[in-house]
Amino acid sequence: MSVFLEALAWLFSPERLGAGGIPQRIGEHLWFTLIAFALASAIAVPLGYLVGHTGRGREVAVAVAGAARALPSFGLILLLVMLVGVLQIGAAVTAALVILAIPSILAGAYAGIEAIDRRTIDAARAVGMTEWQVLTRVEIPLGLPLLLSGMRNGVLQIVATATLAGYVGLGGLGDDILQGIALRNYPQTLGGALLVVALALVLDGVFAVLERVAVPHGVRKRGGALPRSSSASRTPAASAAN
Amino acid sequence: MSIEFRGVRKAFPDGTVAVEDFSLVIPSRTTTVLLGSSGCGKTTLLRMVNRMVDPSAGTVLIDDEDVAAVDPVALRRRIGYVMQNSGLLPHRRVADNIATVPRLNGVAKDAARERALQLMDTVGLDRSLADRYPAQLSGGQQQRVGVARALAAEPNILLMDEPFGAVDPIVRAELQQELIRLRRELEKTVVFVTHDVDEAFLLGDQVVLLQRGGRIAQAGTPAEILANPASDFVADFVGAGRGRRSLRVEEIDGVLVVVDADGRPAGVLADEARTAPGSATRGNRAQ
Ligand SMILES: Nc1ncnc2c1ncn2[C@@H]1O[C@H](COP(=O)(O)OP(=O)(O)O)[C@@H](O)[C@H]1O
Ligand SMILES: [Mg+2]
Repeated sequence: MSVFLEALAWLFSPERLGAGGIPQRIGEHLWFTLIAFALASAIAVPLGYLVGHTGRGREVAVAVAGAARALPSFGLILLLVMLVGVLQIGAAVTAALVILAIPSILAGAYAGIEAIDRRTIDAARAVGMTEWQVLTRVEIPLGLPLLLSGMRNGVLQIVATATLAGYVGLGGLGDDILQGIALRNYPQTLGGALLVVALALVLDGVFAVLERVAVPHGVRKRGGALPRSSSASRTPAASAAN
Repeated sequence: MSIEFRGVRKAFPDGTVAVEDFSLVIPSRTTTVLLGSSGCGKTTLLRMVNRMVDPSAGTVLIDDEDVAAVDPVALRRRIGYVMQNSGLLPHRRVADNIATVPRLNGVAKDAARERALQLMDTVGLDRSLADRYPAQLSGGQQQRVGVARALAAEPNILLMDEPFGAVDPIVRAELQQELIRLRRELEKTVVFVTHDVDEAFLLGDQVVLLQRGGRIAQAGTPAEILANPASDFVADFVGAGRGRRSLRVEEIDGVLVVVDADGRPAGVLADEARTAPGSATRGNRAQ
């Protein structure tokens, strides 16, 4: 318990605010996360949409996603640092984070499209939508909640793994944690870890909200009632034709 | 617009031959019903008209133009298509669903909505439903929206694939009557798919009874098919052979009453009918 209190004391001590302090570490951590997330999304979302829309390459996508998910993150970072060279440590770490986040985002993107009723998509095509219109006006909006759920997993993976950036001297909250271990300053290690957890929780919350907002109006939630549109609640069903 | 199937065949990639060799002319501004049990190729045939299915052999012509030469997207936008499950976009409001094709064709938002509201009147939907989502409608209402959407681009051809199959019998009867009314008003070439004999006879100018593989068992007006079933299969399918459709006339208290095979009254013989040529009292073939 005293370690815990000391960790809090460490967190809130005024020295933590200056250069190399907590705000800077959080900034670095978020920066890694953001870059890696943006790159992973830029690769995985179009790929996932391609797989989901065409239905082709699904087996490959599933296999790739599964294999990548089994990669040990620390090993991957070390491997990339060795491969890319110590001079481009930043690139190596970012690449590792990107690779780790791709499976979740890819799966979210294609699962979102796959989960749509085939008849809805067939109907969209049958009334004369082009393939691009089917994708952008039907598949993407209806698949958005599952995509965001995949992104949520991906971002959590990045935030947690970005801690390892400290190992190769790149800063972030991992820096505090590892320094604490090296100096046997366990309150500092715990304080850093708590910050990572808090950051993860905040991001998780943000995505939870986004996921909810992204459910298109008119789409029934699992087991739940329909979202009532304002006019629907004004209009008693009885006034309707048949 | 007339539609012609010329020796079409469809073999799906998995080897299923849905349609073996089908030829048919559908005259302009008539209703042709493709009638047959599930799996006999009705949907496949219907979808060849708007190129949702491309035939493996043969051609489909609309006003003597081979549809294979027409861009499928452009073709589909000028053919109305009503599906059994309505096929509405769940994330779009009723009015937006109806306005889908006009919007794709570049009609301004306000104009498209106004048109959608008019179409809601046409198909008997209360305008207050315009801002609902499909899931907030009954099955019958969804089908009406589906019909309104199909009419939105003012197509000359209307394809209807068991459009009333999933609604209860009372609503179905209502929708059938609405369709009869609409057809009078709109003068479109309608191709209607159903497995229900009564519906086929009610709606079809021409009824095409299909067997597995899209083989035509008989094509003709409902009266022709009833009067002259081409085979036992036809007689059986339309119920003539089983006596389901055999009516006879009985005199009760001096009035001629038409009764069915079980002796239940179907109606009273109209005055003109008694003196009609080939007097109705002879009964129909099935007796
Ligand atoms: N995309 C497809 N791939 C393989 N077989 C199909 C496909 N669509 C339809 N079929 C088969 O073709 C036959 C005719 O189907 P369909 O035209 O849907 O019949 P219907 O509408 O009369 O019930 C059925 O045996 C069906 O299983
Ligand atoms: Mg069918």
